[in-house]
Amino acid sequence: MILTVDHVTSYRYAQPVRGVVQSHRLTPSVFDGQTALDWSVSVSDGLKGGGFRDGAGDWVQGWSVPGPVSAITITVRGTVRTQDLAGLLRGHREAIPREAYLNETAPTRVDAALAELAASASGASDPLDAAHRLSVAVAGAIAYRPGATRSHTTAAEALALGEGVCQDHAHALIAVARHAALPARYVSGYLMSGGDGSLGEAAHAWTEIWVQGLGWIGFDPANACCPDDRYVRLGSGLDAQDAAPIRGTARGPGAEVLDVAVAVQAVQQ
Amino acid sequence: MISSFNEMYHNGTVRPPYARLEDWTKAMPAELRQMKQAEAEALFRRIGITFAVYGEGGDPDRLIPFDMFPRVFTGAEWARLERGIKQRARALNAFLVDVYGRGEIVRAGRVPAQLVYRNEAYEKAVAGFVPPKGVYSHIVGVDLVRTGPDDFFVLEDNCRTPSGVSYMLENREIMMRMFPGLFRENRIEPVDSYPQLLRRTLASVAPVKCDTEPTVVLLTPGHFNSAYYEHSFLADLMGVELVEGQDLFVEGEFVWMRTTEGPRRVDVIYRRIDDAFIDPLCFRPDSMLGIPGLMDVYRSGGVSICSAPGAGVADDKAVYTHVPDMIRFYLGEEPILQNVPTWQCGNADDCAYVLANLGDLVVKEVHGSGGYGMLVGPGSTAGQIAGFAARIRANPGNYIAQPTLALSTVPTFVEDGVAPRHVDLRPYCLVGERIELVPGGLTRVALKDGSLVVNSSQGGGVKDTWVLAE
Repeated sequence: MILTVDHVTSYRYAQPVRGVVQSHRLTPSVFDGQTALDWSVSVSDGLKGGGFRDGAGDWVQGWSVPGPVSAITITVRGTVRTQDLAGLLRGHREAIPREAYLNETAPTRVDAALAELAASASGASDPLDAAHRLSVAVAGAIAYRPGATRSHTTAAEALALGEGVCQDHAHALIAVARHAALPARYVSGYLMSGGDGSLGEAAHAWTEIWVQGLGWIGFDPANACCPDDRYVRLGSGLDAQDAAPIRGTARGPGAEVLDVAVAVQAVQQ
Repeated sequence: MISSFNEMYHNGTVRPPYARLEDWTKAMPAELRQMKQAEAEALFRRIGITFAVYGEGGDPDRLIPFDMFPRVFTGAEWARLERGIKQRARALNAFLVDVYGRGEIVRAGRVPAQLVYRNEAYEKAVAGFVPPKGVYSHIVGVDLVRTGPDDFFVLEDNCRTPSGVSYMLENREIMMRMFPGLFRENRIEPVDSYPQLLRRTLASVAPVKCDTEPTVVLLTPGHFNSAYYEHSFLADLMGVELVEGQDLFVEGEFVWMRTTEGPRRVDVIYRRIDDAFIDPLCFRPDSMLGIPGLMDVYRSGGVSICSAPGAGVADDKAVYTHVPDMIRFYLGEEPILQNVPTWQCGNADDCAYVLANLGDLVVKEVHGSGGYGMLVGPGSTAGQIAGFAARIRANPGNYIAQPTLALSTVPTFVEDGVAPRHVDLRPYCLVGERIELVPGGLTRVALKDGSLVVNSSQGGGVKDTWVLAE
């Protein structure tokens, strides 16, 4: 499939700030399941900083915007050819050993309820079966409801609530997988949902679990499937913050207003 | 009471390096000694060298007690220590480059993967990165203890930002001012080249994008930090700017320092801030001490950070047990300095042994420092031992244990004269394009009779440390 991505993020500051610095993971991953045909990231009035491929295989790009500045816009546009590999992250180069993805972080900390959920995989025949069972269990335990949780909601809180969005599903699956001694990580990217490119869902997140003999495999409990050719992978981390496509700060007081618009569409062939 | 090696009086005679000090003490009447001690304290007070003690309350500007009786090594003793310390510093850096690279030592089964990659000091943000000159730890503080004429053991390694070197320099300065005669009678190797060697070491690891004479700065968390005096002292002696996070900013591909003449590019940052706080865009987002975007500049070759983020994975007390094997693995050499035998409580057999022998052992937290959270078995009550056993059972992986070593003693001025007190030694090895070690270090002394805890946060003091020219 060929997907087009149109992703515009804007920040407006209540008072002009003295400068903005950001770190982006906004470039499609390089692996057998996807190839960027064209791709561009621009920042209004921005100075491109250092860029490098990190140990997880992601392209990380620094940006800065000298102040005073009242608003900035980050525009991501491109076309990606994708292929359905049933969730397999085949041909991806990375330097971080899988053991590092057993380390817990605050949003993925296991409480008693998550530990109980992790036990649903105890009868699994092999690690792949265990991963599938955990994904199904998370999907069953946390219903999709936008607005139910916030960006800092933890996996344990989302499970207690029984509701959440893709970030909560991903955190919960990471927590239970690590509890079952399976290395797991948070993946951020895009999803063509419903075929109509409707907003909101197009900026998506899911989980990858490392399975002996197969390597990293994607699981999307929010949609009860493994990532296929509707998905574009950007980057990964231990949790949502660690894998965030945009991390940044503005130097100056006052509030900022964030506005995001994402559209992912299939090109008719 | 364990019997210890006395570095001055051994087998009924005075050991040669201390020969001239015997007459010196004998010729010093009590009144003169008290006057000199008061003078030393006034000097320390005036230069402002104080040490804030965490968690003990009281006066945060308390002086660290200085003992005037020097600790002395012969040139030959030092030559061996120097070779051993440099060997260790090379191996530790080779280990760091390896575990953030291909991880050969893990693949070879010599160090368990989880000890490295599940270590809280492992930074996956630098995986795959080789810092300039292949150096992660630019200042290696190796803590040594002595148990006999030829017996030295490494107690622990400090690969992040070992503190205390300002005491090495100040102790010497004050001794020279108060007792110039001693420095005429004894041929003592100087240590005052340390700041320039440190600066040269830092400049030698300038980043790839630096094409001029590198600008070096020292980054401090600020004046409320217990080692702030040392930060300003070293910056001053090196002739570099002392900066806080808010003085630096990222723009384009570089880090810049605000100056009265406008922004100036910074090439090398000697940071005295922990990894977690240096860049809120990469590590703790709530940090106000760091520089947003610093890690992106670092990883793309625009700035060097000393010590390199992630260096701490080489110096925790569980990784420590593998250092002799690192020396064999990377250097193909036998270790010159020995480790103290160590039991890992995370290992069930070791843990059982430790719990059965707590009364004879020293137990420490894997990530602990400053002498906190440790048990010295022989000096503890049954209640303290039982309480500590419960903590070990609750989280065995967090503890290691070692035999209680009979630390050597050096004569020390006490209330009513001179008496032996236990000491350790921290030399500061510099690693850049070259490996340098000034002849000396920080000798810490347990001022309480019989005490084996030398940490300044636990009432320890310091001494001037001499290496005699051959």
